[in-house]
Amino acid sequence: MKRARVIHQGVVHNATERDGQLLLEDGTRVWQDQVTWLPPLAPLERPRTILALGLNYADHAKELAFKAPEEPLVFLKGERALAGHRQSTRRPAGVQFMHYECELAVVIGQRAKKVKRDDAYDFVAGYSVANDYAIRDYLENWYRPNLRVKNRDGATPLGPWLVDREDIADPMALALKTTVNGQVTQQGNTKDMIFGIPWLIEYFSGFMTLNPGDLILTGTPDGVVDCQPGDVVVTEIEAVGALMNTIGS
Amino acid sequence: MSVVKRGTVYGTLLNFRGELDALGPKVNEPPYKAPPQAPVLYVKPANTWTENGGTIVIPAHAGEVEVGATVAMVMKSAHEIFGYVLMNDVQLPHESLFRPPVKFNCLDGFLGIGDRIRARNEAGDPAVFKLEVRVNGELKQTVRFSQLLRPADRLLADVSEFMTLGEGDMLMLGCDAGRPRVRAGDRVEIKMPALGTLTNTFVAEAA
Repeated sequence: MKRARVIHQGVVHNATERDGQLLLEDGTRVWQDQVTWLPPLAPLERPRTILALGLNYADHAKELAFKAPEEPLVFLKGERALAGHRQSTRRPAGVQFMHYECELAVVIGQRAKKVKRDDAYDFVAGYSVANDYAIRDYLENWYRPNLRVKNRDGATPLGPWLVDREDIADPMALALKTTVNGQVTQQGNTKDMIFGIPWLIEYFSGFMTLNPGDLILTGTPDGVVDCQPGDVVVTEIEAVGALMNTIGS
Repeated sequence: MSVVKRGTVYGTLLNFRGELDALGPKVNEPPYKAPPQAPVLYVKPANTWTENGGTIVIPAHAGEVEVGATVAMVMKSAHEIFGYVLMNDVQLPHESLFRPPVKFNCLDGFLGIGDRIRARNEAGDPAVFKLEVRVNGELKQTVRFSQLLRPADRLLADVSEFMTLGEGDMLMLGCDAGRPRVRAGDRVEIKMPALGTLTNTFVAEAA
């Protein structure tokens, strides 16, 4: 099932996808452009842990002139970085290089501590699409990528859907694609991740407990380009969804 | 703590003069190449939280951990500070500050959080905060917040330039150089008269 959280007529609803429309819990069907989309995640009592990978595709690591990592490059972000489908993300005035990053997002489904990679998928609730924008002008070499680059308000759109784990036969073989104003600018496949989902869950849960609703953004392949105000950026992952965002100023 | 629901906890690196002094000329060498310009932040996720009086587990592979005694601003809204609270920001010792330190400082239980939040009119001016850190009763470190590169208000303003803090979010002011190292069995007390005492005992990971 494809699940969403939306605001319709001022009320937050859980919804599911039905024949291209949204089926709200009260039985109402609405069109996808009749709602405001939220990240497709239930609210949590404690702040959500959001882990994000850098340089996790061999081609992207090459593009950025770093050698492929021997262990994952990971950073955290706060929940205010997230935004829903069809929202706008601000490009700060005066910057030279703001780029999208199309990433498969893994949503944790149950408490995970010292999980072995063979069991890792048992701890996954489902998948979504993240667009982990970066503003490269702000990169510094302390805890790189620093939060000024990666934890900006609303600069990590997520959605539209949370797709149940059972509906994705092999999350390590999904095509990724980004278009800017309809032109394809980024293409890749999750099979090219350096550290795959089972490996990552074993690694993280080896030193920190993951909890339901926590997120792992698994990194992005080659093909990031600068985006300007007004650009429409669609990050799409096969069978998971197409996440639309507009660059604002 | 019941007055405010805890939000995201952020820490600040290199906000004490002593931290930069300890790095010396390395600050301008690769991989860093220059001193930091914007505040350097990190997240202490919810799995790291330990209450006052709670035990903190040292993993079997690590002999020692470093105690990071500091104070956090607890936010009431994006620009209003609800109050200040003691924090024990624990990390595994590590050299490089080039990459985010997730595997060193996001371990379960690696953030002791005080249980007394005091507003500025009770806590006093954060620019003159002074903490004492005792290990098994012996004074190991005195942390003077007059040595901050960005005092509390300035730090909040500079952070708010790129991200918005919300109600319950916490922003730690920084940990000075000379962090005491502790082992299993050690009892750590971080004390400041107006904010009380944050006590955590370190224990070995169960086999």
